[in-house]
Amino acid sequence: MKLLICISNVPDTTTKVKFTDGLKKLDETGIQWVINPWDELSLTRALDLKDDVANGIDRITVAHVGLVGSEPTIRKALAIGADDAIRINAVPEDAYFVASQLAEVIKNDPYDIILCGIESSDFNGSTVGGMLAEFLGIPSVSAVSSLKLENGEAFLTREIDGGKESVSMTVPFVAIVQKGIAKEPRIPSMRGIMMARSKPINVIEPAAIEPLTGILQYEMPKPRAACKFVDPENPSELITLLQNEAKII
Amino acid sequence: MSVLTFVENWDGKFKKLTFELVSYAAKVAEMMNTTAVALSIGKVEPGELEKLGNYGVKKIIHIQNEELIILDNQAYTSVIADVVTNIEATVVVLANNNTGKAIAPRLSVRLHAGVGSGVSKLPLSIDPFVVYKKVYSGRAFADLTIKSPVRIITLAQNSFELIETPNEASVETIAFQVDPGMVRTVVKDVQKQSGKILLTDAEIVISGGRGMKSPDNWGPLVELADLLGGATACSRPVSDEGWRPHEEHTGQTGKIIAPNLYFAFGISGATQHIAGVSASKYIVAVNTDKDAPVFETAQYGIIGDAGKILPKLVEAVREIKSK
Ligand SMILES: Cc1cc2nc3c(=O)[nH]c(=O)nc-3n(C[C@H](O)[C@H](O)[C@H](O)COP(=O)(O)OP(=O)(O)OC[C@H]3O[C@@H](n4cnc5c(N)ncnc54)[C@H](O)[C@@H]3O)c2cc1C
Ligand SMILES: Nc1ncnc2c1ncn2[C@@H]1O[C@H](COP(=O)(O)O)[C@@H](O)[C@H]1O
Repeated sequence: MKLLICISNVPDTTTKVKFTDGLKKLDETGIQWVINPWDELSLTRALDLKDDVANGIDRITVAHVGLVGSEPTIRKALAIGADDAIRINAVPEDAYFVASQLAEVIKNDPYDIILCGIESSDFNGSTVGGMLAEFLGIPSVSAVSSLKLENGEAFLTREIDGGKESVSMTVPFVAIVQKGIAKEPRIPSMRGIMMARSKPINVIEPAAIEPLTGILQYEMPKPRAACKFVDPENPSELITLLQNEAKII
Repeated sequence: MSVLTFVENWDGKFKKLTFELVSYAAKVAEMMNTTAVALSIGKVEPGELEKLGNYGVKKIIHIQNEELIILDNQAYTSVIADVVTNIEATVVVLANNNTGKAIAPRLSVRLHAGVGSGVSKLPLSIDPFVVYKKVYSGRAFADLTIKSPVRIITLAQNSFELIETPNEASVETIAFQVDPGMVRTVVKDVQKQSGKILLTDAEIVISGGRGMKSPDNWGPLVELADLLGGATACSRPVSDEGWRPHEEHTGQTGKIIAPNLYFAFGISGATQHIAGVSASKYIVAVNTDKDAPVFETAQYGIIGDAGKILPKLVEAVREIKSK
């Protein structure tokens, strides 16, 4: 069985984002780029599954749409344990563009299970995984919090509004993962880092595809009013303020 | 031309989220000088469909095939895409919840329609079509233009007010031809959280972090939630420790919520936590550390020990509730 993990390259989650160029571009100075947290967890889960030989996983590939600048992130995924990588050499214009580029490559070289994150921490789209499945004409299971394999069949837990469902699927399918899929991301070992240097990153030129959306400009959130402090000796004053000033309770 | 909204039901009933979607779709239709249509799939209780008319839709299409009881992303996509084409909808509005997130992207590819997800306002303009969406987990927003003739919007919960515009909506029940084999998802088991207010639906949320010190200290926090008709939540370390159930974890990697009022007891206010709650209308923080980052996002704060302050707040709320 072959697994594909789609990874996106995002600013570290603690980054204070700033924009330049009349709010049209992200100011990249000082930004630390990381594997999108969900993708790091789905890679971890994939590796856990591969560790159990009974699951019969031969290969774990990571795929990324991005320019050469994101190779350190791809190398990190290889250091964590992916076997090889695909980089589609294009600016990830929008989700439709990214998903269709990935689909083009996967159509020629199919995978049994494709894992995507529930959202990228930069664009917050929650769309690439579902689009990819539709391009490929295969099922998708979203909000997946657990994935197990048994005799080539997959058992997943997905979150629904106000509960959980256990579902089973035959491959191929796309799983769109969220909290629970793995506890902590795997950390690259020294040996992993050494080995990653010689693992292949297969660079593929993009297909001609037009994005459907575009960001005209960014906006910063409206600053919130300064915090009003209530005397800790008299907490009931807080309730009075919430009732009479904020009129919220 | 028209605006279509897909309305999900929960055990045959709609909820506030549904009426937010319908209100939103009706407003977008008004901006476009056209009408809004709601599509309901599956069985609903008598009288439910009629409620949708109160929020401005002119027509309700109802499909109730047995095969469509299970939410199968591919099957639902086929049904919705068919209706979009039939009524020539140019805008499709879905909820930005698990269901909407599962269907919108598939629909996008099927209809060659761009998606604006997690939208929290009416479109900024219709021509060009521009929506306002959250990016960088709430640390910024983007004006996103959707260039395709059909556009898909997923609306963030609790971000749009209900607008009552009573009118008589017509209900049309249609049969849909479901191909055998179309439904590929096999559901083995369902566990529903019952009786409690869902965290994502709650208008008031009471949350605790590591500063609560021990799972044994949650009593007054739960009591406060009960008194205010709210839901309980927690920070990630609290759910990781098993102090509270995982469903309560809010933040970037947990639930993203937008209640009217969010209480943070003993929560430092790390960026990743705030990412899940920054859309709350009011944030109240109780923390012993006056420099805790949570006070930068809170509107009201108390510098003090949550363990001592919580019981007093419970008292104060009980008092106003008894009046
Ligand atoms: C990729 C990534 C994703 C993450 N996602 C999330 C997420 O989704 N949600 C999330 O919550 N975190 C998330 N985190 C973790 C986050 O960075 C913080 O570590 C976490 O939010 C801290 O939780 P806390 O505020 O409960 O605990 P702490 O940081 O330990 O803070 C405890 C607070 O309680 C105060 N305190 C202590 N005693 C008292 C008392 N007696 N009374 C009142 N206050 C007291 C302290 O002053 C302190 O401010 C994520 C981290 C990473 C790297
Ligand atoms: N540029 C990219 N290259 C590869 N995969 C991506 C890329 N962007 C997003 N993804 C995948 O899609 C998921 C959801 O992203 P999004 O739809 O942008 O929120 C991520 O967790 C990744 O698995």
